[in-house]
This record gives sequence, C-alpha cells and structure tokens, in this order.
Amino acid sequence: MTHAFDFAGHALEARPSGALYWPDRRWLVVADLHLGKSERMARRGGSLLPPYEVLATLDRLEAEITATDPAAVISLGDGFDDDAAALALPDMLCDRLRGMAWGRRWIWVSGNHDPAPVCPRLPGETVDELTDGLSFRHQAGQGPDVSGHFHPCLKLAGDRRRCFLVGSDHLILPAFGAYTGGLAIYSPVLAALVPQGLAIACGTRALPLPVGASRRTGRRA
Amino acid sequence: MSLPPLFQDWFAAQGWQPHPHQLDLLKAKGDTLLIAPTGGGKTLAGFLPSLVALMDGHKGLHTLYVSPLKALTADIARNLARPVADLNLPIRVEDRTGDTRSSQRARQRVDPPHILLTTPESLALMLSYEQAPQIFGSLKRVVLDELHALAENKRGDQLMLCLARLRTLAPGVVTTGLSATVEDPQALADFMGGARILQADPGPEPDIAMLATARPAPWSGGGGHYAIPEVLAEIRQARTTIIFINTRAQAELFFQALWAANDDNLPIGLHHGSLAREARQRVEAAMAAGELRAVVATGSLDLGIDWGSVDLVIQVGAPKNVKRLVQRIGRANHRYNAPSRARIVPANRFEVIECVAALEAVHEHDLDGEPRGPGPLDVLCQHILLTACAGPFDAGALFAEVRTAGPYRGLSRAQFDDCLDFAATGGYALRAYDRWQRLMLRDGLWRLRDPRAVRELRMNVGTIVEAEMLKVRFRHGGGLLGEVEEGFAATLVKGDTFLIGGQTVRYDALREMVVEVTKQPTKQPRIALYSGLKLATSTQLSHRVQALIGDPSRHWVLPKDTADWLALQARISTLPQPGVLLSETFPHRGQWHFALYGFAGRHALQTLGLLMTKTMEDAGLGPLGFLATDYALWIWSLDPVTDPEPLLDREALRAGLGDWLAGNAVMKRTFKNVAVISGLIQRNMPGGRRSGKQATFSSDILYDTLRRYDPDHLLLRITAEEARRGLVDFDRIEDMLDHSPRHDHRMLDRVTPLAAPLLLEFGRVPITGQGRERLAEAEAAALMAEAGLA
Repeated sequence: MTHAFDFAGHALEARPSGALYWPDRRWLVVADLHLGKSERMARRGGSLLPPYEVLATLDRLEAEITATDPAAVISLGDGFDDDAAALALPDMLCDRLRGMAWGRRWIWVSGNHDPAPVCPRLPGETVDELTDGLSFRHQAGQGPDVSGHFHPCLKLAGDRRRCFLVGSDHLILPAFGAYTGGLAIYSPVLAALVPQGLAIACGTRALPLPVGASRRTGRRA
Repeated sequence: MSLPPLFQDWFAAQGWQPHPHQLDLLKAKGDTLLIAPTGGGKTLAGFLPSLVALMDGHKGLHTLYVSPLKALTADIARNLARPVADLNLPIRVEDRTGDTRSSQRARQRVDPPHILLTTPESLALMLSYEQAPQIFGSLKRVVLDELHALAENKRGDQLMLCLARLRTLAPGVVTTGLSATVEDPQALADFMGGARILQADPGPEPDIAMLATARPAPWSGGGGHYAIPEVLAEIRQARTTIIFINTRAQAELFFQALWAANDDNLPIGLHHGSLAREARQRVEAAMAAGELRAVVATGSLDLGIDWGSVDLVIQVGAPKNVKRLVQRIGRANHRYNAPSRARIVPANRFEVIECVAALEAVHEHDLDGEPRGPGPLDVLCQHILLTACAGPFDAGALFAEVRTAGPYRGLSRAQFDDCLDFAATGGYALRAYDRWQRLMLRDGLWRLRDPRAVRELRMNVGTIVEAEMLKVRFRHGGGLLGEVEEGFAATLVKGDTFLIGGQTVRYDALREMVVEVTKQPTKQPRIALYSGLKLATSTQLSHRVQALIGDPSRHWVLPKDTADWLALQARISTLPQPGVLLSETFPHRGQWHFALYGFAGRHALQTLGLLMTKTMEDAGLGPLGFLATDYALWIWSLDPVTDPEPLLDREALRAGLGDWLAGNAVMKRTFKNVAVISGLIQRNMPGGRRSGKQATFSSDILYDTLRRYDPDHLLLRITAEEARRGLVDFDRIEDMLDHSPRHDHRMLDRVTPLAAPLLLEFGRVPITGQGRERLAEAEAAALMAEAGLA
C-alpha cells in the first residue's frame, strides 16, 4: 500500500518498495540503484559478494514499472556503483534494461559514484539534474528538491527499514539497490536537511511517521 | 629422557616432588595427550621436556605453546621465568598475542624466541607470513593447553589445521595436548590427529553435595536467591569461594542480592564477560592477591589462571552439563591430592531433579559430551585463503595436509574443491568473477591474484565472531562500566534501568555508539537480558533426569517437597517415562494449554514450539504463545490440542523446518558467522561504524539474495548444517522422537503439578501471525497520534 503526500505543492506517492511515483506526470523515480556494486568490490581485490545484486535490483525495478506503467523512469544518481561498473554490465542485463525502457523516457541523473554519461549499450539519457515542476538531483541542494544519496533508514518495532524523508525543503529517497546500507535519519547531516517532517518507512506497506516531533523514534533508529 | 639432576635439585629446593605424570611425559616419545585434573601441574609437565632439551641450547624457535586465553600466556611466561632464571638456562621465552606490540612482532618474525607462547588466532596469523617456513622450520615441540576447551569450537578446528601446517613445515615436531577430564579421551586424541593418552591420577573423589537450605527451591525462576543465607555462611567458612552462575544477568542479580545480605562486609567480587576488561583484571588481581573471599562468576572463569587459595566452588542453577560441572568443581583445588569441595544450589524445583541427577553422574564418572561432527568448512575456507597469503600452494598437497588434521580426516576431495572454488571465485552458480578471481591457478600453483588482498585477509583471521557490543559509561564522567549487546541496547527506552557491574543504572542516551547511563541505586532494575544465549541441558543429563522422574522407587534420593510434587503428578496425571513422550491438554483461565515433556533441551524445544504453533495456526487452533524450557514445551491456544500426533509428524516437522528456517533470525545470525569466518565479509572494523557511513550493509541482505538466486551455494549449505546442530538443534527433536516411540496424551480438567511451574516461567514467545506488521502499524499510528498528525 502506498502513502500519498504533498511536497512543494505536488501530490506524490511513496511506494513500499522505496520508489517515488508522481501521478500527475506518471513518473517513477528511484534513487541509488548502485548497480554493479559486487563487481566493483571484486575488481578492487575485495570480497567476492554474491553477484546477484543487479538481478535482484532489476527484478524489483521491473515489478515497479509493471505496476505503475510510468511515462518516465528517473534514476536519481548513483545508478551504477562506478562508471566502470556500467561498462562491465553483462549484455543480457543491458538488453533487459532496454526492454524495461521501451516506450518511455529513461533518465539517468548522474551521481557522485557515476559522474560520466552511461554506457552506449544502455537506454536513456544522462543529465546532471532535472528541473521540471520539481527539481531532481542526486544530492540535496537548493530546495525544494527531490534527491537520494544518503540512503535514509530508521528503526521501527525492532526492524531496520529504508525510508523516505519528507521536509519542507527536501524530499530524500531511500536507496533502491539491493546491496545498500543506510544512514539513520537522526544522524546530524540528515537532521540538518530535514529537521522536522515525515519519514515514510518501506516494507510490505509504506508507513508514515513523524520526524523531529518525537525524540524517541529518532534516537532509537 | 629422565629428569636431569639439575632439575631434581631445583624441584627439591622448591619443596616439590615431581608428579608421576610429569615424569611420564618426559619419557614419552611421539605425540601425547595428557589428561590431568586442574592443579596437577599439567602445564609445567608440558614444558619440562622442552626445558630439559633446551639446557644444551638451540638455534631458533624450539617450542610453541598455544592457549585459548591471552591471560594464560602472560601467566605462563611469568611462571617459566623462575626456573629459567634459577637454573640459568639459555632460554628466551616470549609471548605473542593480539596485545603484543607490532615492533616486537616484527622482531619475532626474524629472530623468534626459543619458547613462544601464543593463541590459535596469532598462530594462524604467523602461519600466513611468507617467513613462516623460516620461523617454524626449527620447531621441535608444540604444547596445546586447555585442549578440551579448544576442541569444543571452531578455534580448535583452526588450531588443528595450523598444526597440520606446522607438521609439514617442521617434520618430526612432537605435540603434547593438555586437557582437563573429558568423557572421551580417544576422541580428543583423534582430534589432535592421533596421540598416546596419558592419564594422570585423577586424585581423590570430590566432596560434592547439594547445599542444604532452610527454604525449599521455588517453583520457577533461575535466581537461586532463596539460598543467599546459606551461601554466605559457606563463604564465611571457606578461605576463597568461586560462585558459578550460568548467565551474566543472573550473576549480576545474585551478586546484588549477596551484597544486600552481606552484613559482615565480606569482600566479594563479580566477574563476567560483559564487564570492562579493567574491571575484570582488577577482580583477577584481587583474587590472586588473596584479597577476595568470594567471586561471583560466569563461564568467564571456567578457564584461566589457577588460584591456589580457592577451596570451595558453589554452582548456582542447574549445571546443564556434567563435564562442565566436574571441570568447575576442579577449580577448587587448593592442594593436589586433596578433595575438591563443591556445593550445588538448584534454582527451582525442576532443577532440583537435574542437580540430583548430575551429582549421581559425577559420582559414577559418567561424563557427557555431544560429538562435534566433522571440521566445519567455513574454517577450511579461511585456512585456504591464509595459506595463499603465505605463498603459492599446490591443491593436492594442501588437501593431503588438511586431511592429517583430526577434524578433517574424513574430508572428501569434492568438499575440499568446493572450499577452494569458494576461496578462488566465490563459488557462485553465476560465474561472474572470472576476471577478478581472488586466487588464480598459475604454473600449477594457486596464488593470490592481487597481493594487496593479504592485508584484508589477515585482518579477518580467527573464528570468534563477537556480537556487536556497545560500551556503557556514566553520562557525567567516570569510567567504562562494561558492554552490552547492540540488540539489547536497541530495546532500551530513556528511563529504563538495568544492572551492570553490580550497579543499577538508568539509560539516558545512545551517543556516538556509547550507551550513556546514570547511577540509580534505589530502583529495581527493569531487565538485564544482555547475556546472549543460554546453554541447553546435555542429552545425557536430560535422559538421566527423565529416568529419575519416571522411577518412583528412586524418589527417596530427592528432597521431600520435590518427591511429594512428583507423587501428586503421578496421582493426577502420570509421570514421564523413558521411551514415552508424555503430553497433557488442560483448560486454565479461559484458554487451553498443551504441555509436552520432551526432555530435549531448550533449543530443540524452542524450535519444536515454533514448528508446532505454525501447524496449529494452519489448523485454526489459535495458538497464542509458547514457552520452552530444557524439559518441557508449553503452548497456550484458543482451542484445545486433542490429538498431538499430526503436530509431531516427523515429515511435516522436517518440511516445516525448511520453510521456517528460510527467513529465521537464527539462520541469519548463523550465516553472518559463517560469512565472516569464510572470508565473504569482513568483521566490522573498529570505529568503522562511528563515521555513520551508508556504505556498509547487513549480511542479512546477502543471505536473502543467496537464498533467492543461488540456493545451493556452499555458505548456505554450511549455515544449514550448523544451525541444525546448534541453535535450531533439530537433531535433538529427531533424537527425542527416536527415543520415545510411544506417545501418551492426557486430557485433564485442570493444571497438572508438573505443568504448573511452566506457567510461572519467564521467556514466553508470543505468536503474532501477521503480528510484526501489525505491531509496526500500531507503533506508527501511536506516534502519529502523539504528534497530532493522525
């Protein structure tokens, strides 16, 4: 079940998966896919993590596209764990991404992990930021804007959950990628961006909770 | 070899007489396992052959001593210093642990001492150096201390792999294992890769009995506080007493209760693994100096330095395991050849029976122990990677070497190749890392692709995976109090009180990963559940308890109130018997209750509770919750269980286990340990989390991903195998069904005597069905309402 809310005068929906849907435009927005993270770690001589995170992330993204049939899909930066990871993506998965992008706009907002334009085998265009009614960029800047980058999360009934963070100036999306950690919403940097507002926890349904109004939740997150 | 005159004189000058087993060990040729009670001069026995051999000098490392405790290596270093100085022997003794300075470590690599004292982890690390062949090439002897303790967990498996390596690097090296009394010496000798067993004189029978108390043990609970006056009286009469308690939380509570009644102000200390290291060391030093009359301790004192002055051990709570009880009794060893004195305090009525059964087992020298099964493969994965750090290796040669390690003697080549493949490529069905393999095969030898990987691999050495601990300190200055598990800290809300280090404190805040508290001396603590996991009663002791309960002709050995209780149960329902699985259904306060007397240990019965309530939920019986103890499982529900057979169907249980295990927290926890040990993920670096970086993600994600996309992966197989034996303990459910072919189900109209104490126990597990989501929704709704947003 989604949670509908207003941000900067626009009606938006937080989906339980961590994707944002803008019904007026039929846009689907996801942040921090970090595709190719396990490949990057291996390349750098680190652990050989289960190499299924691209598959897992695309499975979930495809389910969201099927459910919403968006006119545009926007990856809000850090779509790839680095530029080389985009180049190293197997052809099969590039084909699959092109299939998902068929018949709609696909926009890669560049992030700190993936500053360069995406590899030619992939669908869509690369932009630094996007302003069209709302500003979309990787990292929160001059508000009001929609961004990712911080991977906000909180603790609810003992479980750690990814969450949206909705303030008056900033809407920050949770990370959508499978292998992504989280930054607690009470951490100074997030508290400074959204001192008061709403957190919407992901899970089997999107659950809204207050931020800033109750010290208790923030502390325990 | 016999004892040279120089040594005979030295012994005489100390007023000592060498023990026969010390001389036997000197004469022994080849690998030996010495089994001797505590205080038998075991360690000196282990070193005598080295000291004698080193009289004539030696170039390079001669003897390697490995102990499970850093503190022991330091203590041994001090003890060896004396004969070395007195006899003017040309011997350099040094220790090498995680605490050793890096300059000293570097020097030891080029110029090792004659005798090196270390731990399994430090040994594994040293073997990963390129210089390992030079360091260990001259080795003549290896001494493995407290081998019985090491053999109980993966540290021992790793040590045996390292020993196999040492035997390759220094052919002809002689190994001596030192062990306390164990149930199966041959199994321990096999664990060492084969050794001659030398049994020291076990000494006189211990003086061990139940502590007589004015008040009978209560019906439920685990505190043992009813016995405080008698325990204090015993402390007063003894010189020094160790009071063993099974969990840290109970130790804290007992310590507090002791002091509340300690009118003579006897100096009594507290020692457990959650206390700050400085606090523990203070207590240890005070014990060594003879300044304490008693110390309340957990398993943290099961091993360690012998304090000669300890003359009484009090075990509070059921011993759970006869072997451990005997080893604990051995800590009261003021003189070799004098009987150890020990008293047992059962915490509740069920434990009275367990204590009586355990005492009978001690007197019959019937020790228990669960065979550990073959060496775990995650440890082998780590060993392969560390071997690669030392230099290129041949797979066939390494396989042959690994098979000489006791725990891995049955390893198949296919299993070895699975581990090698995991170490090299990750072992995934999707062969994604051909370009980035961790190990590459070149010129017939396996080697690291990227030599920079050694640093990370060496940082991750060892098989101990600690729970995430948070430090606890006073908010307004003052030292460190200790540590609590992160999971416990997460349950705390401002104002909650808990006990730590014998003080009641109030939780104020979590700041920079430190739990800040304020002293709150008057308030009753809310909870102190940071103890980790409880041990389950051993299979053998459980069988003894069941046999004792089922045989009324032997009930005279029990205290009268306990015998009366069982007689009442026999009249109203019936007594559980060996070979029979007894269950009861009865109404109580508007709900139905089902009690199953399985005697299978708390882990197995907990698992059974989860599986049975799931089936009950499907059958529409409306289970509301359950509770498992070491003996019984109790389930309460809206509708009665009239026929337990469908709930106990073995195939259905197995199928349910597979489904349930999938998303289970126990499995995820087990997986995390396996993933760290095998080298899939790193231990959290100290201070790494404080930066609050969003880069780290939980191992649960990897577990879920693997289950979905690569369900047959090696690490999942290891995890399933381990959980089955460990916390899930499904093997004991099967064992229970095997041993109880007849099922006896009784329908009764009221609570039965045997079930009554269960209804008073703590630790109920509520069945929530869709509850987790409902809980989250309720909490979110409440917060919104509180904030005026709903």
